Amino acid sequence: MSDRRKKNSMPEQSPAERRRNFAEVALGYDAETARCEAARCLQCKTSPCRQGCPVEVDIPGFILHIRNGDFAAANEDLLRYNALPAVCGRVCPQEDQCEKLCVLGKNGEPVAIGRLERFAADYARENLPPAPVANVVRPDAPRVAIVGSGPAGVTAAGELAKMGYRVTVFEALHMPGGVLMYGIPEFRLPKAIVQHEIGALRAMGVEIVSNAIVGKSITVDELMNEEGYQAVFIGTGAGLPYFMGIPGENANGVFSANEFLTRSNLMQAWRADSPTPIFVGRRSAVVGGGNVAMDAARTAVRLGAEEVFLVYRRSRQEMPARHEEIDHALEEGVIFRTLTNPTAVRVDDRGWVSGLECVEMELGEPDESGRRRPVVKPGSEHFLPVDSVIMAIGQGPNPLVQSTTPNLRVNRWNNIWTDENGMTSRPGVFAGGDVVTGAATVILAMGAGKRAAQAIDRYLREQK
Amino acid sequence: MGYKIIRKKVLSPTVKEFEIVAPLVARRAQPGQFVVLRVDADGERIPLTIADYDRQRGTVVIIVQELGAGTKKLGRLEQGEELADFAGPMGNPTHLHNLGKVVVIGGGVGIAAIWPIVRGMKQAGNHVTTIIGAKTESLLILVDELAGYSDELVVATDDGSRGVQGFVTTALQAIIDRGQAIDQVLAVGPAIMMKTVADLTRKYNIKTIVSLNPIMVDGTGMCGACRVSVGGATRFACADGPEFDAHQVDFDLLLSRLAMYRQRERDDVEKFEHEGGCKVHE
Repeated sequence: MSDRRKKNSMPEQSPAERRRNFAEVALGYDAETARCEAARCLQCKTSPCRQGCPVEVDIPGFILHIRNGDFAAANEDLLRYNALPAVCGRVCPQEDQCEKLCVLGKNGEPVAIGRLERFAADYARENLPPAPVANVVRPDAPRVAIVGSGPAGVTAAGELAKMGYRVTVFEALHMPGGVLMYGIPEFRLPKAIVQHEIGALRAMGVEIVSNAIVGKSITVDELMNEEGYQAVFIGTGAGLPYFMGIPGENANGVFSANEFLTRSNLMQAWRADSPTPIFVGRRSAVVGGGNVAMDAARTAVRLGAEEVFLVYRRSRQEMPARHEEIDHALEEGVIFRTLTNPTAVRVDDRGWVSGLECVEMELGEPDESGRRRPVVKPGSEHFLPVDSVIMAIGQGPNPLVQSTTPNLRVNRWNNIWTDENGMTSRPGVFAGGDVVTGAATVILAMGAGKRAAQAIDRYLREQK
Repeated sequence: MGYKIIRKKVLSPTVKEFEIVAPLVARRAQPGQFVVLRVDADGERIPLTIADYDRQRGTVVIIVQELGAGTKKLGRLEQGEELADFAGPMGNPTHLHNLGKVVVIGGGVGIAAIWPIVRGMKQAGNHVTTIIGAKTESLLILVDELAGYSDELVVATDDGSRGVQGFVTTALQAIIDRGQAIDQVLAVGPAIMMKTVADLTRKYNIKTIVSLNPIMVDGTGMCGACRVSVGGATRFACADGPEFDAHQVDFDLLLSRLAMYRQRERDDVEKFEHEGGCKVHE
């Protein structure tokens, strides 16, 4: 077949085609390609790939099942470690995790572990009868409240339900899923898949309460003292959008990436018949270089912007986004303005954005993050005319739980402090995911949710 | 799984009152806070002030003025029907303590928002002067309820069909002119009304609080659509407000941001009226 040193390629919608729709970009392996790719795996005894996985999926194990054509077994294997394989296969930064440690990567491309994970989960969802989910929740078991239904919360809930605990997930928005619903676009993660995985959680006996804003509708203390929850897990994520603090940033047409993506994803403004308005204009600038920036830029392309600029103060090499997202954005015509930083939003006399005042940057000495610090190039001021600006420069932790839970220790960025077991400064209250670490990845949050579930189990046993 | 309407009252042809079963909102609701609701599974998220609540019954009262397509759809719901989503309470409550002599101003549908505030202010021991204003008499709501908790109730209508002819500021100016001491003014209503109140009280150095009503999406501090400029700093009305010192608020920015989707809103109303009209004839 093809070069054995390379991954089997995954079919995708062509850039010209996908620029005009919100359907998924990557189309996934078919069974034959998946088996070919699985056959590339050396089945190393030491399985270094597993050390790169925050939830330690038995990677050689599920790949071997694919090679043997037993896709159901591959999926079951995955589910033992990872409640959301169809999601992780799509959004994990495999190049920095499992695939980074793959032995094949030393002399060619690593095994396409992410694509195989996605294949197994998709195959099972589309072709197999839903696996009988065991509801092993004990009616007399202790009750655990999970705050937030994003990757951390959903994982913690699933693990605890498997152990028999009575679990209730509280979600502030009208749909569960957290960032998987409001943040990541349909073309990268179809919402039907997220809801399918949430459905599996319900089948396990987990109760999910939407429209419940912990910190406002009910506090952590009320959950424990009045509602009878013996432990609480806080997985409220990093949803507080940061702005640059430059002049003109409150003009009409300037949006946080959170607002822009929430309108498009959760509120479905990408559909022509949605009641939710969204504005992008003819020319749009997205500020930032992470996955959120790529999602916003690619959404702007699909909403009909003729030119979408990605303005990033460092170079392409320092961009924190997944490589695939960067490649996809470029293929779809997003114009990268790297080593460029906005200094002001220019506002017209009607209060709308007319463009970005920018400066060029150069890379100086490395900073605390190890990346070279961008410094302003003198005399490089220039103007980028645009109709909309989307700020994707990062998010802080959602503050509602911290501000309403006395004696909950936080750091200076308002991230919740936990001990090595994920327990906060409040006994019985655990936390994990972005609200603890700062904005990171889906799989890291899931790893934190999993470890917290184990710690909650130990804690509740000790309480008896 | 919806949120049941157990009572509907038509206050005027375009203003409807609903009592909704929502125990998780009622248990902590306080005056000055708001909810975000969705009429149906495809609906937009609509922020509305909490007009009242009953913790025992687990119900929340909202009063809605039919303006956009979403609120018109809501206004047509009947007792016994359900809302898809109803989340809250959001925002910070009004500070209700004894300030002395307060003037509470409600304009248009802002009258619904001041109802629990007037009651709370009175119960906190204040001398309460309430001013309510509307275009015309038929749009006035809660007049008797407010009168019951106010030491004085002044009504202003644009057309003079009831009370003073003029705006709420006309009535406020008269109160200032007669020499009444005012320790605080609290105003809720259309942005332009709050701006004119702020301009007036600034001249007399009267502390004034306003409840801002910018465009919102989630209402929990996650999107930043509701950002307002207060004292030169950007704040999120949903999480940091909705009440702010009126003399620090950049109302021109608020007015400009409120107009962001105006054309789209007009189009939606037209579409809704057209479709809704057809439905009526079925």
